[in-house]
Amino acid sequence: MSLLEITDLRARYGEFQALSGVSLSMEEGGVLAVVGANGAGKTTLLKTIAGIVPVAGGSVVFDGHDLAPLAAHQRTRLGIAVTPEGRRLFPNMTVEENLLVGGHTRRPGVWGLERLYDTFGVVGDIRARLGRHLSGGQQQAVAICRALMSNPKLLMLDEVSLGLAPVVVDQIYATLPTITEQGTTVLLVEQDAGHALAASDHVVCLLEGRTVLSGPSDQVSRADLASAYFGLAPSH
Amino acid sequence: MDWVNALAQGALLGGFYALLAAGLSLMFGVMRIVNLAHGLLAVAGAYVGVVVVEDAGLPLWVALVVAPLVLAGFGYLLQRGFLNRAVDLGGLVPVLVTFGVAVILTNLLQEWFTADSQSLRSGSFGTASVQLADGLSIGLLPAVTGLAGVLVVAALQWFLARTRSGRAMRAASDDPEVARLMGINEKHVYALATAIALATVGLAGVFLGMRTQFTPGYGDLVLIFAFEAVIIGGLGSLWGTLLGGLVLGVTQSLGSQIDPAYGFLIGHLVFLAVLAVRPAGLLPKVAVA
Repeated sequence: MSLLEITDLRARYGEFQALSGVSLSMEEGGVLAVVGANGAGKTTLLKTIAGIVPVAGGSVVFDGHDLAPLAAHQRTRLGIAVTPEGRRLFPNMTVEENLLVGGHTRRPGVWGLERLYDTFGVVGDIRARLGRHLSGGQQQAVAICRALMSNPKLLMLDEVSLGLAPVVVDQIYATLPTITEQGTTVLLVEQDAGHALAASDHVVCLLEGRTVLSGPSDQVSRADLASAYFGLAPSH
Repeated sequence: MDWVNALAQGALLGGFYALLAAGLSLMFGVMRIVNLAHGLLAVAGAYVGVVVVEDAGLPLWVALVVAPLVLAGFGYLLQRGFLNRAVDLGGLVPVLVTFGVAVILTNLLQEWFTADSQSLRSGSFGTASVQLADGLSIGLLPAVTGLAGVLVVAALQWFLARTRSGRAMRAASDDPEVARLMGINEKHVYALATAIALATVGLAGVFLGMRTQFTPGYGDLVLIFAFEAVIIGGLGSLWGTLLGGLVLGVTQSLGSQIDPAYGFLIGHLVFLAVLAVRPAGLLPKVAVA
């Protein structure tokens, strides 16, 4: 059984149809990358899975549960966690408080404060600092740890590279194997197709709210991905 | 010594104002709701005290337990039933809903208890005092009330900083959408915040009933003092509310020392002065874009 099965998913903001037929399937373990240009529907897809944007049509089934009738906080309790675009730490809380809020659901699992501090040393070093006083890279590391505190089955990362220096982005991507080794499946939303291909096992490309390409990352050529990304005819 | 006595009485009065205002500050801090029914809810707490003490013949301490519980239950249902939807609609809707609640409650209290003045008999507890020096004595009731204000503010601060539910409230206040992504049911968290806020106002109401005579219309004056304490201290800041209450209580008391007729007026003038010089209050909650 797939961990996440999305079939012909549609979502809209008012009159604007943001997703008009997205389908994808994720097996447990590994990393799936969703790529696409600005406005392709990547973040909307993630928000629809998380329960921030309602399902307007089609279906989203996670671990055997139909997500459509569930509120966002109920989906988190099923094992879905998100690091939102822009990190969005709680600015008036310390890093440790942010992590404790991330663990609000008290889902059992390997991740806890001490384990995260051991694994992500930089986060332990800044545990007493307020969220609003962190650099972009520190915020991203804390945002990922905050999501891991719920011991998710599925971790969704939205534009982790946005606004960060390349060296910091490399450091963030280097943590993904540590996360997947603990049994967490990762859904990665990225504009940076290069990073996405390198870090993932499977890639899905969206264009104007639809799935236009899907396949194993090591079998999708950069040229095909570029064609799908920009809505051009395939190169072969 | 008269001035020292006035200062001491003012500080205790300030603690009472902080007790009255703590729930108002909490609701604004967590949900940005300006609760216009706040003063009336304190009066409702006093009427619960009347039912418990005067009608049922139970001791005062029972009223101090029952009134917060009744008001907390009412607060939870009010938030789940009306205010959560009002918060979703945003703008002035929550304020208008609380105004409507105040109007309805005023009429209900008048219907049930009449518009006649009432008070809670506090017996020797209300009249006992300790002579600290010549010209300086502290009443037991004002001392307990003032101390209750300090303890309630400290307890709320501890709750918000140290407990899972408190952190959830702060998270929902900072960013409701991300709070939801953390598994927090913000509708429940908001209702819990309102329940706690109204529990404190229920407690304040029983003390109010012991300190003064009240009618269903008395809530307006209570609301003004609570607002002044919150705004002097800084919107949404609990320690600020305590400081605001102390500033208001002390200035009223010192003003009364100059002329008994000027006590409230001088308190209002200090409030206006703070608004003019430091509109965000003396200890404002840090705002983050």
